[in-house]
Amino acid sequence: MSTTTGTQRITLAKAINLGLRRALESDPKVLLMGEDIGALGGVFRVTDGLYKDFGSERVVDTPLAESGIIGTAIGLALRGYRSVCEIQFDGFIYPAFDQITTQLSRMHYRSQGRLSLPVVIRVPYGGGIGAIEHHSESPEVLFAHTAGLRVVSPSTPADAYVMIQQAVASPDPVLFFEPKGRYWDKGDVDLDAPLVDSTGETGLDRAVVVRPGTDLTLVGYGPTVGTCLKVADAAAAEGTSIEVIDLRTLSPLDAVTVAASVRRTGRCVVVHEAPVLYGTGAEVAARITEECFYHLQAPVLRVGGFHIPYPVSKLEHEYLPSLDRILDAVDRSLAY
Amino acid sequence: MSQTGPLTDSGLVQLLTPAGVRVEHPDYSPRIAHLDADALRGMYRDMVLVRRFDNEATALQRQGELGLWAQSLGQEAAQIGSGRALAPQDYVFPSYREHGVAHTRGVDLANLLRLFRGIDHGGWNPADHNFHLYTLVIGSHTLHATGYAMGVQRDGLVGTGDPERDMAVVAYFGDGATSQGDVNEALVFSAVNNAGLVLFCQNNQWAISESTTRQSRAPLADRGPGFGVPSVRVDGNDVLACYAVTAEALERARSGGGPTLIEAFTYRMGAHTTSDDPSRYRSSAEEEYWRQRDPIDRLRALLVAEGELSPEFETELDADSDALGERIRAAVHAMGRPATSSMFDHVYAGPNAIVDAERAWFQEYEASFLGGGEGAHR
Repeated sequence: MSTTTGTQRITLAKAINLGLRRALESDPKVLLMGEDIGALGGVFRVTDGLYKDFGSERVVDTPLAESGIIGTAIGLALRGYRSVCEIQFDGFIYPAFDQITTQLSRMHYRSQGRLSLPVVIRVPYGGGIGAIEHHSESPEVLFAHTAGLRVVSPSTPADAYVMIQQAVASPDPVLFFEPKGRYWDKGDVDLDAPLVDSTGETGLDRAVVVRPGTDLTLVGYGPTVGTCLKVADAAAAEGTSIEVIDLRTLSPLDAVTVAASVRRTGRCVVVHEAPVLYGTGAEVAARITEECFYHLQAPVLRVGGFHIPYPVSKLEHEYLPSLDRILDAVDRSLAY
Repeated sequence: MSQTGPLTDSGLVQLLTPAGVRVEHPDYSPRIAHLDADALRGMYRDMVLVRRFDNEATALQRQGELGLWAQSLGQEAAQIGSGRALAPQDYVFPSYREHGVAHTRGVDLANLLRLFRGIDHGGWNPADHNFHLYTLVIGSHTLHATGYAMGVQRDGLVGTGDPERDMAVVAYFGDGATSQGDVNEALVFSAVNNAGLVLFCQNNQWAISESTTRQSRAPLADRGPGFGVPSVRVDGNDVLACYAVTAEALERARSGGGPTLIEAFTYRMGAHTTSDDPSRYRSSAEEEYWRQRDPIDRLRALLVAEGELSPEFETELDADSDALGERIRAAVHAMGRPATSSMFDHVYAGPNAIVDAERAWFQEYEASFLGGGEGAHR
């Protein structure tokens, strides 16, 4: 079980797997907990091989009870352990909602900083995989709305590898949303990538510009970043230069990076799979309006899910923010 | 009171009758054999002091000094008996009515009132007392206790045979909490992990206005075996029996024998909280029935019968109770309002740009008022 090094072309799922392996190796207090994460390796095989190499005391198959998983992870954290909990699917996180929002999020606050809960909750989320009900949801803003939690989501294998390790090292609880529709996307991953930069910063609280442009800022995270990049390609063919930002973190939200971009482009479209009503796009739009009102050439537009339960899979591609729907929003913004 | 269902008083371990007469029990009498007159007087003193504190807190709420108070009145035997069975290294997860247990863990009772006065969500450092903060969401902490016990297992502090090292974890909760999913999940998780946990349920018969008959058809202790968790019903107003059954459960937990469910059958003699009005849902006859079974009177009767309660001891205890009451009042009056900007503190353990920006904005806003500075506009 020697650690792999160098740069490899691997899937996002494998990147998380290797990041978890690295975390287990570097800190004996790190545990993995979840349903079917042991011998099976998780329903998406993200924990594949870890049970065999680290044993049942560190890669723990739990009873089928999400509140119990998070509640016991809290107790383990109070005893000095760092649990990484897998919630099998986005739509199954709700039994744990009470433990996450009333307990996990505020223990540090209510103890006046005496108690820290470094718990990571991994959540495969998002749609587009033809799944049945409750397997394609995007509940991330429910947690971003709760103070005391960090909410992050990688969009690439390279980010996933580093961010999962940073989440484990974080002194605060982290909701780690994994774009399950991108699990099998491949990318180059530097397996020796440092977790902090030369100034000691992780960058886990930062958005990044993943493609520079001059005419419009297109903001996505998790599963929509790849689509946004395709939109930028398509727009470039028509002579429009789009800057694409990967938010990476919803809590804290890095509005500074987005505002700096919009001050240059004057236009902004935000894209996510979650419903637009009270969504991340609404928060970004409000902040951009407050911070760069006089730079805006058009209102900030949102592309995302509708105010309906996630639809049946035969209709999900019409529900999800597709390349065409995003291009439509880009055109509407440019037409102002 | 011979009923069926969760309010039956049959099957209770009892070492002291309501009249204060000792009862022999083959399994549990040996567990209190070492408790001499000094130890019994100590428990009596604990119970009297905690009740005085509790009454003082109720008065302080009535006088507007506390926003709310949850009385422990009537549950002193369950709390002092179980609390005095703990070893220093054991770790306790209380609900929000465990003032007696807090006392046995060395928590300054005045600090319990910080939460109810609205100046602190906690009030003590859990690590100083191995006594976690109060939890207000019913039953949530039973899972934290289970996880903590799983951590203790991993730390190798169970079953070493060293009485100074082996530790147990105790979760206190009420009859209402037994309906919560979290309590049932705590039974599942502690059972399958063989966690060194004592699930101590004080069945005080009332979850605000709902009788235990609204939570269960069977005695609560009967639930344990279905989870594979040994369980015991104890007379919760008998401090000696509560001590004995807790000592047994702690020993099982520390030695690697896994969890135990204890149901201490007691009675909430007061209201749920100072906002409650029990006259709307229960009879004065019922309250009188339980007043006749007061846990403090019971131990007092034993000490008197055995000639172990001197007038000097009682005089001194009276004086100590009065002094405690005065100290609590003074402490509460001295608890100042926290700095306004402290509401932004400790939201995150690490830096957070959103909280930092909101704190900075708020401080600027406060400073903008004439005369400037914190709270100037109030």
